[in-house]
Amino acid sequence: MKADSKGVLGGTHKLSGNYACAEGALAAGCRFLGLYPIIPALEISERFLKRAPEVGATFIQMEDEVSALAAVLGASWTGKRSMTVTSGPGLSLMMEHLGLGVMLETPCVIVDVQRVGPSLGLPDRAAQGDVMQARWGSHGDYEVIALSPSSPQEMFDYTIKAFNLSERYRVPVLVLADEYVAHLEEEVVIPSAEEIEIEPRRYYDGPKDKYLPFKRDEDFVPKMVKIGDGFKFHVTGLTHDDRGYPIMNEECQEYNVHPLLRKIRNFVDQIVEFTETNIDDADVILVSYGASSRAALKAMEQARNAGIKVGSLKLTTVWPFPEKRVAELAKRVKAFVVPEMNFGQIALEVERCTHGDANVLFIPHGEKGIEDTEDLLAALKQAAGMTAVEEKIIEFKK
Amino acid sequence: MENLLRMDRMPHIWCPGCGIGLGVTALASALEKAQIDLNNVCIVSGIGCTGRVAGYVKLDSFHTTHGRAIAFATGIKAANPKLKVIVFSGDGDLIAIGGNHFIHAARRNIDMLVVCVNNFIYAMTGGQVAPTTPLAAYATTSPFGCVEPPFNIPYIADSSGAVYVARWTALHVRRLTNSLTEALHKKGFSVVEVISPCAMYYSRINRLGDGLDMMKFYHDNVEIRHGEDTKNLDIGFQTKIICGKFVDKERPSYMERYNQWASEVRGASNES
Repeated sequence: MKADSKGVLGGTHKLSGNYACAEGALAAGCRFLGLYPIIPALEISERFLKRAPEVGATFIQMEDEVSALAAVLGASWTGKRSMTVTSGPGLSLMMEHLGLGVMLETPCVIVDVQRVGPSLGLPDRAAQGDVMQARWGSHGDYEVIALSPSSPQEMFDYTIKAFNLSERYRVPVLVLADEYVAHLEEEVVIPSAEEIEIEPRRYYDGPKDKYLPFKRDEDFVPKMVKIGDGFKFHVTGLTHDDRGYPIMNEECQEYNVHPLLRKIRNFVDQIVEFTETNIDDADVILVSYGASSRAALKAMEQARNAGIKVGSLKLTTVWPFPEKRVAELAKRVKAFVVPEMNFGQIALEVERCTHGDANVLFIPHGEKGIEDTEDLLAALKQAAGMTAVEEKIIEFKK
Repeated sequence: MENLLRMDRMPHIWCPGCGIGLGVTALASALEKAQIDLNNVCIVSGIGCTGRVAGYVKLDSFHTTHGRAIAFATGIKAANPKLKVIVFSGDGDLIAIGGNHFIHAARRNIDMLVVCVNNFIYAMTGGQVAPTTPLAAYATTSPFGCVEPPFNIPYIADSSGAVYVARWTALHVRRLTNSLTEALHKKGFSVVEVISPCAMYYSRINRLGDGLDMMKFYHDNVEIRHGEDTKNLDIGFQTKIICGKFVDKERPSYMERYNQWASEVRGASNES
C-alpha cells in the first residue's frame, strides 16, 4: 500500500527531529494523536496539531499519560492509525497501557523522547535511560519492538517504520528518540507518497458471526476488525481464548501469552535491522544507537585513520536485540565498545550475547557533549590492545 | 433481550442478591427502547464486578484496565464520533482510580453514557472500603467503621459539567430503564448512578441481611426528587437515598467544538 498523499510533505526540508517525527507519523497515515504535554517531546504534538485539520487527523490532549495511551488504544480499534508522544516520566505512566496494548494486540506507536532521569531529572537534556524500561517496564511476559533514531532523517524514517511494524505484528512499537536528536535541525528528505510503503492493517473478511478476535494465522497474528462494523466482538486484558473471553487457568495463559512472544521471537530476522560498517577486518566493534551513534561513527573514522581496525554495528531496532549477530561477531573480534547515555543498559545485552567470547567495554557517554569522541578513542585503543577476555563488562574510566 | 446478551457466557459470575444484573437488564431494555443501530454502539468497562458487564453485553465491547474505561472510550469517541459509546463500571473503578478521567470527560463534555454501579464497597477484591462507603460503615479495610466522608457521585458529575445526571437503585428497574433510554439520546456526558446491593460483602460485614433485605430497604427509604440540587444527595449509613433525574441540560460536546474549530481552520487556510 502506498502512503496517502494528503499527509506527505514531499521534498527536502530543514527540520528538527521532533518535526520530522510528526511528518513521519502523518506520512505513515497516523490520524489520531492522544497526548499529554512533556518536555522535550512537545514539538511533535505541536507540529501534528497544526497539520491535523488539513489532513483530517484528530487529536486530544488528555489529563495524563495514562489516559493518553488509553485513548490511543481505543482510537486504534476504530481503524485509525494512532500514536502518543512522551518522555521518561510519561513513559513510566504509560506502562499500564503498554501492557493492555500488548494483550489486546492493538497497533499503535509510542514516541519516547528520552531525557535525563530518574524522576524529573533534567527535562531538557538528552539521555538513553529508558531502554530497559521500554523492554521490561510493564508487568508480565511480553515482547515489544523499539527503534532508535540518530538523526532527524531517521526520526522521519523510523516513525513510518514503527507504524508499519505495529500493523504487521499487532503490537505497540516504541520510537526511542532522545532530546539531542529531537532538537537537532538537519535536512530531511521526504519522498513522494508513491515512494512510501505503508503496511496495511490486516482485516478479517469472513462471515460476521464466525469472527474470533484472537484466532491466529500461521504467523501468530490475528486479523482485526473495526468498532462499528457489526462484529459485536469482545476483547479483554484478562487471559483469554480465541473468542476474547476470559478463561482463568494456566492452560489458557499458555495458549494466550506464548503466541504474544512467538509472534515477535519467531520473526526476529525480519524485524531486526542494523547497519554494519567496516566489519570484515575489525578487531573492535562499536555498538551504538540513537544520538550516540553520531559520536561512534566519527570515532570509528578517527580510529581507522590512527591504524586501529574498528567497525560499527549501529542499531535500528534496539528491541528485539540482534543477539544472533552479536554472538557471531564475538567469535572473531577482540572487543565490543558500547557508548551509551546511561550507566549501562544495552552494554548488558551485548555482554549477554557475546557468551564470553569477546570483551565488552562500556562508556557512559555524553557528559562532554554528545558528539565528543575523546573517551571513545581512548576506549577503542584500550580494546584493540586486549589479549585475554575479561569476565565482566569493563566500564571505561579515564 | 437475548440478542443483546452473550448467552454463551451464561451463567455470569455475579453473586446471588447482587444488583449489577438488574443494571444490565435495564441497559438492554433501554437499548431496545431507544431504537438505535446496535452495530454503532460500543461498551467499555474497567475492572471489578461491574467491569465484567462489557463481557456479557453483545456489542463491540472492551474490558480494559482499572479505572481507565472512560479514557479508552474517549479515544474511541474522538476517533469515530459516529459511534455511540457506553461506559459501564463500578464506583471504585470510575470514582477512585478513575476519578480524574471521570471529571475531565465531564468537563470536556465527551458524548458518552456512563453507568456507574455503586455498591458502596470494593466487592471483587473482597470488601474493601471505597470512596463511596458511607461514614461509619464497615469494610475489611475500615474495621472500626469508615472514617472518610464518601463522594456524592451526582454532585461530582454535575459540578464537572455532565449534561445528564440521574440516580436510581437496582429496585427501580423501570425508572432506571427510562433514564438510560433518555440518556442514550442525550448529546454529551451523561451519568446514571445505580445503587446496588452487594449481598456478599457490604451487607454481610454490616449485618444488613441478604439482597432481598437490601431491596426492601431501598423500597422503604428511597425518596424520588426530580431536579433536586445535587449538593443534597449525600448518602449516609442506612439513611434515606434520594433518587431521580437531577440534571438535564444542553452544552456543546467536545466533538462539536472540535469539528467547529477544524472547519474554521480549514476555511481560514483556504482563504489565505
